[in-house]
Amino acid sequence: MSHALPRVPASAPVVTVRGLVRNFGNGNVLDGLSLDLQPGSFTALLGRSGCGKSTLLRTLAKLDPAPEGTVRLPDARAVVFQEPRLVPWMRVLRNVTLGLRHPDAEARGLAALAEVGLSHRARAWPLTLSGGEAQRAALARALVREPRLLLLDEPFAALDALTRLRMQGLVETLWRAHAPAVLLVTHDVDEALLLADRAVVMANGTIAADIPIPLARPRRHGDPGFIALRSRLLAELGVDEEHLATREPQRADARTNSAKPGGYGLPAGAAAAPSL
Amino acid sequence: MTATTATTTPGRRSRPIRLAAGLRRCAVPLALLVLWQASVGLGWISTRSIPSPSQVLVAFWELTASGELAVHLLVSLGRVSAGLAIGVSAGTLCALIAGLSRRGEDALDALLQMLRTLPHLALVPLFILWFGIGETPKIALVALGTAFPIYLNLFAGIRTVDAKVVEAVSTLGLTRWELIAQVILPGALPAFLTGLRYALGVAWLSLVVGEQINASSGIGYLAMTAREFLRTDVIIVALIVYAILGLLADLIVRVVERSALIWRPAFIKE
Repeated sequence: MSHALPRVPASAPVVTVRGLVRNFGNGNVLDGLSLDLQPGSFTALLGRSGCGKSTLLRTLAKLDPAPEGTVRLPDARAVVFQEPRLVPWMRVLRNVTLGLRHPDAEARGLAALAEVGLSHRARAWPLTLSGGEAQRAALARALVREPRLLLLDEPFAALDALTRLRMQGLVETLWRAHAPAVLLVTHDVDEALLLADRAVVMANGTIAADIPIPLARPRRHGDPGFIALRSRLLAELGVDEEHLATREPQRADARTNSAKPGGYGLPAGAAAAPSL
Repeated sequence: MTATTATTTPGRRSRPIRLAAGLRRCAVPLALLVLWQASVGLGWISTRSIPSPSQVLVAFWELTASGELAVHLLVSLGRVSAGLAIGVSAGTLCALIAGLSRRGEDALDALLQMLRTLPHLALVPLFILWFGIGETPKIALVALGTAFPIYLNLFAGIRTVDAKVVEAVSTLGLTRWELIAQVILPGALPAFLTGLRYALGVAWLSLVVGEQINASSGIGYLAMTAREFLRTDVIIVALIVYAILGLLADLIVRVVERSALIWRPAFIKE
């Protein structure tokens, strides 16, 4: 029963990115990146700090501009950040329904809160919620918009280990129930392997590896397939599992490019710009 | 905030002990009051310099009974209210313009930052020349004094609303006006209320000064005429009334804060 793999639709991608370039003054953070996301797919986006994955997510959330390249997005999008980012002076339910234009917004908000198991906190003030509760409220706020694209920017990173496990399970359940295309930015290879059916590794502002994760669900850390994919992903990220030591990165961080000899080829103004 | 946490600590002190502590805190002021009464009564201090507390009480009663105090009080309250209404509106308007748009900031902020360094009470001679000696200079003085604390605090409040929350909300499909009305302005409310408390303090101060220039009514006028008749007791009554008005104004803002900032953990009773 649980072996049923998530739908692999033949329909048109819900997100199309072609030749996306983003420049922060000293080097391209996004350097001609192209990516498709299929409807209902669950993609994990991995990469070292500063590889541009957050910039890509912010571009897909329309929080950052896309000056070069084409980005095609669905109208129904939602973002969950690392912090819950709830409006402190609105009760939880009002936070969830904020910006919702349906006449029955309140009923939808309550339904979304019920789905994340937070019905009893609908009237609470956000600052009285625990970290896990607040993040579930943020998830309800995203869910209530019935997104076709759900962007998750390290949403579990600030949670304690047990809460994180519960939240990962919740996200998987919600994804199965509502089938948005999910893009999960994470540092955690295990998290990617538990949840996603595709892992995209970014480096130097572009996609360095695109690895399918054809594992049956529910997934367990000890499964042979899991362990094999884990090694492969870690290798892609430049982590040597055998010695558990970090190799000297083959691909230099895009944001430190100006320190390399090639960086001096930039115009004088650009080379003098402060590093970000 | 610290007071709230102190009263809810588990090891709360018992009632008699708190009563004793309260008495200890009152002991020195009470002793001074007794000393004051005694030294005037025994003729150590002339009533020309200062009346005894009982004389002040009598004067207070007389002024209240004759209705004189109420008349002057109403006039003073009217001036403060009018000045505050103008000053708070102007300060709020400027802060909204400068806080919500970069162009507004360029146009207003430098000017207002320059003007605020001017001690507004120093403008009294100019105001008399401009507005004469009627109500206008008094109200204008209060308005000018109160506009700046409102502007400075509200401007800072608008600019320091949590950028991460605003960013998250901006993904929810609100119009710019909805974002301002529902997120940015409520977020700046605590700063506005702080500004309002400062403004109230400045308002009374401006009134004290304003009512000493050719006034024919008001608490300040009461004090000035009392000086001519050497009625130190009436002067002290005027001072006490000013103090009580200031305290009441502060209390009102605190009550407003309690209901408006109910979402803050310090105010939440659960």
